[in-house]
Amino acid sequence: MNEKIPFRKLFFMFWAFFKIGAFTLGGGFAMIPLMKAEFVDKLKWLNEDEFLDIIAVSQCAPGAVAINSSIYIGYRLYGLPGAAIAALGTVLPSFLIILAVALVYAKIRSMPAVQKAFRGVYPALVVLVMSAAINLWKAAFKNYVDIGIAAICLAALFIFDVHPVFTVLAAGISGVLFDLRKEHGEEGDIG
Amino acid sequence: MILIKLFWAFFKIGLFSFGGGYAMIPFIQREIIDINGWLTPEQFMDIIAISQMTPGPIAVNAATFVGYKIAGFWGSVSATCGVAAPSAVIIITLAFMIKKYRSLKWVDRFFLRVRPAVIALIVNAAYSLGKNSITGIKDVFIAVLALLGLYMFKINPILLIVLASFLGILLN
Repeated sequence: MNEKIPFRKLFFMFWAFFKIGAFTLGGGFAMIPLMKAEFVDKLKWLNEDEFLDIIAVSQCAPGAVAINSSIYIGYRLYGLPGAAIAALGTVLPSFLIILAVALVYAKIRSMPAVQKAFRGVYPALVVLVMSAAINLWKAAFKNYVDIGIAAICLAALFIFDVHPVFTVLAAGISGVLFDLRKEHGEEGDIG
Repeated sequence: MILIKLFWAFFKIGLFSFGGGYAMIPFIQREIIDINGWLTPEQFMDIIAISQMTPGPIAVNAATFVGYKIAGFWGSVSATCGVAAPSAVIIITLAFMIKKYRSLKWVDRFFLRVRPAVIALIVNAAYSLGKNSITGIKDVFIAVLALLGLYMFKINPILLIVLASFLGILLN
């Protein structure tokens, strides 16, 4: 990671994050379909497995998920300069927009066209976020246990309102414990 | 000095708020209203409304807005850097450690089992977005069009959002 990274590549990455930052409405999760379309499908910088790992870590660490995941992806691609540039690209659009809004915010707030536009955006966002789940399906589900884990997590989130961090950690720990036990058993069989 | 105070308040927000998005609101509220008294509760509600209508993480939006209100342009820079700084340190540390230990068997198993949980998280996020935004027949119509656009016509997600905003203006 010490060799010189071409400025052009960094700028290209900056621009990718800037675009995503400019269109991420509705919080960090709305960013997932955009990031997947850009980095996994189009640019092929990450595969689906890596992408899922990055989302898991970004969700479990404190801070905004959007910032966490862009820093992680930037760091994975181009080290520390990559992390800095990716964070800047993600933050800059909202920074500039809020700065503009802070100047005229009383006026914008009551603009009916703005409110109507957002009534259109949100249903589309639901579809986009759902599609990200469906697209990543294959990478996440390797066997029936995985489907069971997803179902349990979903029930925990929906019905019992468990915090996302705990579902992710519990799923991971169950993986370590369950699979270790299985391996132990198999060793026993051979013996 | 006010710039340092802003940085520190938002540094704490970045450090202690887990879960991102709206899960961060109580943390932000505590620092900005309860501890520092930088905004009134009404102004804080406005920030949440603005954050809903503008792109980007809500924490960044709040940082930029509050920073600007308290100390102008450099205030907003200071607060925004503050909110992103903990993420940078923590994520880079984690990324470094994961890279180093990713080949260990139990770390691999951990992540293999975490993946289905991430799918559940994303489905849950879609559900909570939908619960509040798909309430009438018009919203269902837009969602169906988005579905068709995405899967039949392979429209780029960003373009899809722009088109949906026009549709929102036309239909409402």
